[in-house]
Amino acid sequence: MTRSDPRFDPLARLLHWLMAALILAMLFIGVGMVSTVSERYAMLVAIHRPLGVAILCLAALRLANRLRKPAPPLPADLPAWQGFAARASHWLLYGLMLGLPLIGWAMQSAGQVPVVLYGQLALPAILPASPGLHAALRSAHQLLAYGLFLLVLLHLGAALMHRLLRRDGVFRSMAP
Amino acid sequence: MDEDQGQRGGVPVTGIAALLRLAGIGAVLAAAAGGFAYAGGWLTPDRLSPARLVGQLEANAGPHPGFRRNHAKGVCVTGRFASSGAGQEWSRATVFRPGTVPVLGRFALPGGNPAAPDAAVPVRSMALQLTSPDGAVWRTGMNSSPAFPVRNAADFFALQQASAPDPATHRPDPAKLQAFLADHPETVRALALGRSFPPASGFGNGTYHSVNAFLLVDGAGRETPVRWAMVPEQPFAPFDARAAQGRDAVFDGLAAAVAQAPLRWRLMVTLAEPGDPTSDATAIWPPERRQVEFGVLTIAGVESEDDGACRDINFDPLTLPDGIAASDDPLLSARSAAYARSARLRDGEAKSPSAIAPPAASPRNAP
Ligand code: HEM
Ligand code: HEM
Repeated sequence: MTRSDPRFDPLARLLHWLMAALILAMLFIGVGMVSTVSERYAMLVAIHRPLGVAILCLAALRLANRLRKPAPPLPADLPAWQGFAARASHWLLYGLMLGLPLIGWAMQSAGQVPVVLYGQLALPAILPASPGLHAALRSAHQLLAYGLFLLVLLHLGAALMHRLLRRDGVFRSMAP
Repeated sequence: MDEDQGQRGGVPVTGIAALLRLAGIGAVLAAAAGGFAYAGGWLTPDRLSPARLVGQLEANAGPHPGFRRNHAKGVCVTGRFASSGAGQEWSRATVFRPGTVPVLGRFALPGGNPAAPDAAVPVRSMALQLTSPDGAVWRTGMNSSPAFPVRNAADFFALQQASAPDPATHRPDPAKLQAFLADHPETVRALALGRSFPPASGFGNGTYHSVNAFLLVDGAGRETPVRWAMVPEQPFAPFDARAAQGRDAVFDGLAAAVAQAPLRWRLMVTLAEPGDPTSDATAIWPPERRQVEFGVLTIAGVESEDDGACRDINFDPLTLPDGIAASDDPLLSARSAAYARSARLRDGEAKSPSAIAPPAASPRNAP
């Protein structure tokens, strides 16, 4: 045995559960804010931007950690398609964790909206002003956010299957 | 007992137990999806979303792709704001330090018709973006009427519905409007107040009001509720519809005036007294409230929206620098949400030429 503990390293597990909570909160905040013109809109937008940027930073840290420390192997008896689905969905999740906040930042830049995080702290624009790009990225932000929620549901379903039906140690490898 | 070990000791669950657990997983996923749908408003179609609110504006005015869903007819302007430094007593915003900052703006007529006759709309607007040397951005959209007809977004929506053109007559149904006014004495009062501030003969000699209250925040975090107005140095003269020749008379007058000499306004900030309501845009504060001049706005250039920088700007009233903050007026959040929706829609649509093309900026009129 080269690995005594068939689990993700502690930093990976910490980041996983922290980000799970943040991303889920972010998805609910996102669809909630664009569903209302009440005072919740302004309040939620003010949370959405800094939280999204925090997720971007955490995702970058997490990707670096993941590339440095490989994941524990999947069970040997896992059907090949499930192994493929697991690997593909995990990379898709990384893509969206990084992509969604980047698109949010880029669409605000193209729409000439200052990306104020808090008080005087604002991010620079990462795209030149462009109404077409603003509209296209705004739609992409919406569609990819729905996609991320769907992927999170699939991920949660699969994790619970491993935990409650297969009982094959996959859940335990990421359990806190 | 319930080991999660797999080939390392656990045993897969089969039979009835597996079905039950599968059902449990399904229930967890369904609950999550249901919560998401609730948060997004898909289970409560009555919730007033920005899309519904802006959709009503669009329904009333008819489709005008590429244009703002309200204040659709407009023109871009450029200039500068010279701060006197007086504002520093109440606000830490860098725009209020002594000095001059560049300004980009837009004069417009309320309403969703980008080719409305100027004489048809008794209110006019001035929107500004002031950019401080440190990069802080302040955007403000102001109206020539100091009060707004409604207090909140739900009433705004109901008023829009009540003034929607009847499909048969293409005119609003007076009975619906009467019914709305009967339920909303504050709207009757605000409209009467608006009539006592008649439109000026031009854009240049009109006063423009923030309408909504905001908070100034100083270096110690002390908050002062305020409203502001741009008060013209050009002498007021009332609008005379007979003298205003042509659909675009007021816009043409602006370009002609700026071609003669820059136009100037004083930024007057009204300080609230304890007890003055900050969440009711239908009522103004008593006229004896203290007013402080924070600086002078100069407008020196007019350009068509077609090639002017203002077209693609969203003058969201919550684009505020540190040192100016939202009050508890519920219209501010509603405006912010609706303007984002309008900006998203128009930014994705093909552009057609603006009705207003001032000579200086119009290639069509070039020699
Ligand atoms: C993990 C990160 C993020 C997630 C999961 C996320 C999710 C969402 C969702 C679900 C929506 C609603 C889309 C719709 O239904 O139309 C939304 C809207 C929005 N997001 Fe994000 N977002 C993220 C990051 C960001 C960032 C970093 C920014 C800005 C810097 C941002 C700015 C916005 C804005 C401005 C809106 C639309 C507000 C409006 O149109 O009124 N987002 N986001
Ligand atoms: C719930 C209430 C309101 C709604 C739904 C509403 C809606 C809108 C919309 C959709 C636009 C076009 C935004 C864009 O595409 O950039 C607009 C522009 C504007 N609104 Fe409102 N508005 C409301 C209240 C107010 C109030 C209280 C004021 C008072 C000052 C105001 C002043 C303006 C001005 C000055 C503009 C033009 C900005 C520009 O030139 O770009 N609005 N409004």
